[in-house]
Amino acid sequence: MAIVYEKSKGLTDAELHYCPGCHHGIIHKLVAESLVELGLLDEAIGVCPVGCSVFAFNYFSCDMQEAAHGRAPAVATGIKRTHPTQAVFTYQGDGDLASIGAAEIVHAAMRGEKFTTIFVNNAIYGMTGGQMAPTTLIGQRATTCQSGRTVEQAGMPIRMAELLSTLDGCVYAERVCVTDIANINKAKRAIKKAFEKQMNREGFTFIEVLSTCPTNWGMTPLKANAWLKENMAAYYPLGVIKDSSAEVK
Amino acid sequence: MQKELWKGNEAIAEAAIRAGCDCFFGYPITPQSEVPEYMSVHLPEHGGVFVQSESEVAAINMVYGAAASGMRAMTSSSSPGISLKQEGISYLVGSELPAVIVNCMRGGPGLGTIQPGQGDYYQATRGGGNGDYRTVVLSPSNVQEAVDFVQEAFDIADQYRNPVMVVCDGLIGQMMEPIEWHPVPKRDLPPKDWATTGRKGRDHHNIINSLYMDPEVCDQHNANLAKKYALMEQNELRWEEKECGDAEVVITAYGTPARIALTAIEALRAEGIKAGLFRPITLWPFPEKALHELAGKTHVKAFLDVEMSSMGQMIDDVRLAVEGQKPIRFLGHAGGVMPTVEEIIESVKKALKEVQ
Repeated sequence: MAIVYEKSKGLTDAELHYCPGCHHGIIHKLVAESLVELGLLDEAIGVCPVGCSVFAFNYFSCDMQEAAHGRAPAVATGIKRTHPTQAVFTYQGDGDLASIGAAEIVHAAMRGEKFTTIFVNNAIYGMTGGQMAPTTLIGQRATTCQSGRTVEQAGMPIRMAELLSTLDGCVYAERVCVTDIANINKAKRAIKKAFEKQMNREGFTFIEVLSTCPTNWGMTPLKANAWLKENMAAYYPLGVIKDSSAEVK
Repeated sequence: MQKELWKGNEAIAEAAIRAGCDCFFGYPITPQSEVPEYMSVHLPEHGGVFVQSESEVAAINMVYGAAASGMRAMTSSSSPGISLKQEGISYLVGSELPAVIVNCMRGGPGLGTIQPGQGDYYQATRGGGNGDYRTVVLSPSNVQEAVDFVQEAFDIADQYRNPVMVVCDGLIGQMMEPIEWHPVPKRDLPPKDWATTGRKGRDHHNIINSLYMDPEVCDQHNANLAKKYALMEQNELRWEEKECGDAEVVITAYGTPARIALTAIEALRAEGIKAGLFRPITLWPFPEKALHELAGKTHVKAFLDVEMSSMGQMIDDVRLAVEGQKPIRFLGHAGGVMPTVEEIIESVKKALKEVQ
């Protein structure tokens, strides 16, 4: 029988701990496939965050480091500066990257660190049980804003891809989602492009992946997918936010 | 060997380069800024990497990433900045990563002063971050020792896969002194086959991590770390005794106050008062047994602990070692004020009078 589909060699055989309907599994697969297809798996060093993807070091089959909460971009800086020819990436959630690690991501981008950040934005703190994140939408309920986030209390949600794209060191920022096949394919292309630009030493590359959290959103996986498209994609527009090579052309 | 005149902080940086430091990550803070300044110029000349980080928090995490990928990594700071690095130091220990951290101590609390201090003793010797842990803490009392200890610190860190701290008070960092670049002891070090360098054909992936969700496994991890601390206690203890053979009053001090004490001891002995100095060189492990034995000698009548700290911090370790055998008196200043020779002489005489 012919093999038509195989699990990526970029992933280990460890069983994923993610909740049903969570997008982390799909995003892991896309990153792993990209590393394999670009021939980078044997060279790559990844950094995982604190949050739902804290155990990503068990799932990616390349060398992996676990960072303190929010510090992955600083950790990746230490790796990439001393291993400039190798592929380095951080895999971070929105609490990790947009809240406690805001300084680290902004300055890594400012310095134009030549690594790739995969930013999984599910608009909530998943691992700790559904608290408000800086990315939580106005009106969205979380355990620390039980009547819904208000502007008065917490301000407007932060758009990290747009924020980072104002920095010259950030050469590529794209926002994608993985709710359906077409978007999964787009996300894969974006991730591969980011790694290619990293290996061309162009600068800092950033892929924001809008993701669901059915457990903490209190929705079925399908309803969560629909909610993402209707609400998250409306506030966090999908597409290329910045591509320096396109600007040059 | 020819002597050269070096400023403490620059000598510390040069010593690290000579010890094979691959990368330095730092943030400006007085009185240690000459370390990153020197590194920014000279480390790249030797093929090393210098990055000025956005914060001390970032610097220690850059150290984490580089150390975890097999590099000899270093950072330096001064007291308030070292506080910010404590999270990272805890993670370095938890993930079993070697690194060298220099604290050029100033007075606190808070912003305190930019003048020399010794108020970070607890933080350095008890593990200032979360969790149970220890780091070897080397305490030079002159620029020559600072240079020697920084070079050795890299080997100690690599031997145990644990960060090593070198704590100088700000005076040592800022002072110029003649030093010589003599060779320091080198150790046979294990290969860094655990490092995340990229698999490059390796049949398994390496993981650097401090997270253990299973309490039994975390307990075992801590037990394994404790075995390393026990080895450090066994192998890395250093202290110095001066004029303790017949001393009636023994001064306990480290860093700059230990040097001031030596001048006081000379003056006291000229007056016929038998004073001596017990100087811990490793603040952790603390030379508890040696001090305990000294306290048991019949000629020792009292101890005088001298620190650049308002209430004393090392004095707690002195008390634990002396175990009530002899009275312990204290002389200390914080906020950048040095104990003077005259004050020490007066305090020794007072301590002696109280026990006679």
